[in-house]
Amino acid sequence: MNSQAMSANNPSDLPVVSDRLAKNAMRNVSERLIEALLLGAAAVSVLTTVGIVYVLVSESIHFFQQVSIVDFLTDTQWTPLFDDAHFGIMVLVSGTVVSSLVALSVAIPMGTIIAIYLSEFANSKVREIAKPILELLGGIPTIVFGYFALLVVTPVLQVILPELPGFSLLSAGLVMGIMIVPYIASLSEDAMRAVPMSLREGAYAMGSTRLYTALHVVVPAAFSGLAASYILAISRAVGETMILAVAAGMQPNLTWNPMEPAATITSYIVQVALGDLPHGSIGYLTIFAAGLTLLLITLVFNILGQWLRAKFRENY
Amino acid sequence: MQIHDNPALKAEARNLNFYYGEAKALKGINMPIYDKKVTALIGPSGCGKSTYLRSFNRMHDLYPGNRYEGEIRFFPDNTNLLSPEVDPIEVRMRVGMVFQKPNPFPKSIYENVAYGLRVRGENNKRVLDDKVEHALKGGALWDEVKDRLNELASNLSGGQQQRLCIARALATDPELLLFDEPTSALDPIATAAIEELVHELKKRVTILIVTHNMQQAARVSDYTAYMFLGEMIEFGKTDEIFLKPKDKRTEDYITGRMG
Amino acid sequence: MQPLTTEQIRAVIARGKLKDTIFKALGLFCLSIGLLVIVALIVDMFIKGSERFTLDFFMNFASRRATQAGILSAWVGSLLVMLVTALAAVPLGVAAGLYLEEYAKRNWLTHIIEVNISNLAAVPSIVYGLLALGIFVYQFGFGQSILSAGLTLALLILPIIIVATREAIRAIPAMIREGSMAVGATRWQTCRYHIIPYAMPGILTGVIIGLARAIGETAPIITIGALTFIAFLPPVPFTGEPPAGLFEWVMSPFTVMPIQIFNWTSRPDPAFEVNAAAAGFVLMVMVLSMNAVAIYLRYKMRKNIKW
Repeated sequence: MNSQAMSANNPSDLPVVSDRLAKNAMRNVSERLIEALLLGAAAVSVLTTVGIVYVLVSESIHFFQQVSIVDFLTDTQWTPLFDDAHFGIMVLVSGTVVSSLVALSVAIPMGTIIAIYLSEFANSKVREIAKPILELLGGIPTIVFGYFALLVVTPVLQVILPELPGFSLLSAGLVMGIMIVPYIASLSEDAMRAVPMSLREGAYAMGSTRLYTALHVVVPAAFSGLAASYILAISRAVGETMILAVAAGMQPNLTWNPMEPAATITSYIVQVALGDLPHGSIGYLTIFAAGLTLLLITLVFNILGQWLRAKFRENY
Repeated sequence: MQIHDNPALKAEARNLNFYYGEAKALKGINMPIYDKKVTALIGPSGCGKSTYLRSFNRMHDLYPGNRYEGEIRFFPDNTNLLSPEVDPIEVRMRVGMVFQKPNPFPKSIYENVAYGLRVRGENNKRVLDDKVEHALKGGALWDEVKDRLNELASNLSGGQQQRLCIARALATDPELLLFDEPTSALDPIATAAIEELVHELKKRVTILIVTHNMQQAARVSDYTAYMFLGEMIEFGKTDEIFLKPKDKRTEDYITGRMG
Repeated sequence: MQPLTTEQIRAVIARGKLKDTIFKALGLFCLSIGLLVIVALIVDMFIKGSERFTLDFFMNFASRRATQAGILSAWVGSLLVMLVTALAAVPLGVAAGLYLEEYAKRNWLTHIIEVNISNLAAVPSIVYGLLALGIFVYQFGFGQSILSAGLTLALLILPIIIVATREAIRAIPAMIREGSMAVGATRWQTCRYHIIPYAMPGILTGVIIGLARAIGETAPIITIGALTFIAFLPPVPFTGEPPAGLFEWVMSPFTVMPIQIFNWTSRPDPAFEVNAAAAGFVLMVMVLSMNAVAIYLRYKMRKNIKW
């Protein structure tokens, strides 16, 4: 396009581009090849998503050919491996919901308080010590947290609540909450530190104290970031596996009482995978139906998070 | 310098020095601020005029490593605003501030204006309604927003937002109002509205305004101070400063030979 | 309504400052709970597991008798799985990050890739296990092998490495790029000789954090069906009869540290709690030291940036 324009303006018949400046075909090809390879690497993430959806949906289709979707959603028993098989996913969902609620009721207040403290109160020294601590806490393997819930937290809780059984949603949920705190704290702190200084100065200039400024100006301004961190926390809680598999017991139990043991969607999958189910059997298929349910729940929260972000987009 | 019809003093800087860490940003400033008058601070960028302004409400206390020396006396009670015994929050409750860029809070128009009252613990709806209306009228914004007080303040235009910020500052009846280049982010029409407002406001409140626009200083102020490299070069009535500056450096700046 | 008196204003300020102080204490309290949990975990596992910290514990296979059971197959398995994970995830992640920062045009494909990466980060790890069970184990026929596990964890930590790579590249000022292009380097030469070397510390930090996450992952590996009782070691990597023998190890059954801990934790016999504690301590030391190295690297990097 450019060279055409040039030749139109060029009265003589001289070559428009000298040999030295002409595009090097070989170099061009190898550059293109490299670009294609890099694109391929980037596309792996898309393939992963496609693979996840494909596996979960195709195996679930086999499952729903044998189990009606109404039973799946309404049955109040989950006994897929018994002779009298029932497939009521609500049993597992209840365990997931209760443990997640316990976890969030610890993680959201604690994480938010830490975030406000670090972003609005702490000096740089405290922050430099606190951030690595939070990072280390977030890096602890969940199996270790599971051990902690079962063998440390549960015995301690049993001193306060003597009727608490050895496995319970409560102690698993509490430890899960501690595990999630760093995620909320660090994402919320990022959101609050992104609030421009001019807003804070406006509040301080009116005679606000630090806490008043934080709660009435900074937090509302960072609302969408906070909401996003809570949504991620929900996804983490719903998808957490090992803490529950270790400390919440794995028997299916339709309950809303955190003091009871119960299986969750995730711990059920672990339980089945630990056994030796033949490929393609109904028991094998249940874990994909459970997995699909799990993915749909996290997807709903992800969409909710994106909607919140769009609706309350910060315009400072 | 001789001021004949001396009005009452509202504040007075006495040998004020200020340091950002090691860097000395204000050098021995002495200057009166007269009650119910508009005083303009002019000078090239980096001359310390904003730094000086922000000393009056102790904004520098928000950041570590800043240090004041000297005094800013505040009248009628003759308090030294910079004294370590004086609580910066108390200072800020008496001295309002309007910033360079409009910075409405992420709240409704109403709650923005009510903010300072709520900070002071006022929660009575009738009192708040009354004060908010009064302040919005004072900020020349009432007629434009009286039907949409519950809308988000960020929906207003830039000029309206700045007048909202003025109303927000007025709501708590400050004794001194600081303006830090309040029109630098606004178009000429919105600028004219703010200037007119400043003119109107001096009946109620003492005003100290930083501006990099000399015409603006000439239009709105009664007194003008010219600052250069952290020093107060010349202070006087605005007419005198602009018509017959005593210092060569002031003259150079005003006639556009520098800055 | 008259303005507040000085006394009233001071009372309001005093109340506000009291709330500030209370909140500060609350913030420090919440932070110290976090610290307390880390310390309690490490101390508890160290004390409970102390009687197992012998050479035998590291050199023995799993056993039905708690006192003789060791973590040999588990730590060897963890190292081998990490090797596969790193070999797969590092080149893929760096290449993807490089593509998105240096090559990608602002079009729908780029947009889809970016949305995808951020969504994948929120997918529960056990779902990756199901993906691997369906695709790697059965579709590709890799079976319940080190290869399946390593690839699964590679997919899991890919977003971490991509994001770290992109951030490291973004921190490189445009003038470096322009300087290289101005002397006639191609885009790839610019990447190869300038962008990648300068981004290396940042990428390395991301890789370490990703691997620290992977080494502690349990759920996806259980899901693909890793065994919990293994009394042999896979062949030593790259030593068998070439060419096929070189990769015999990747197809071997295996177990890893977290699965060993899970197995011991879920035994009713309390003697195994000791083993779980000891193995948990070893895993914690591995993970925390990896994280500490990453945090230190990042800290060093922030101090050394000179452009």
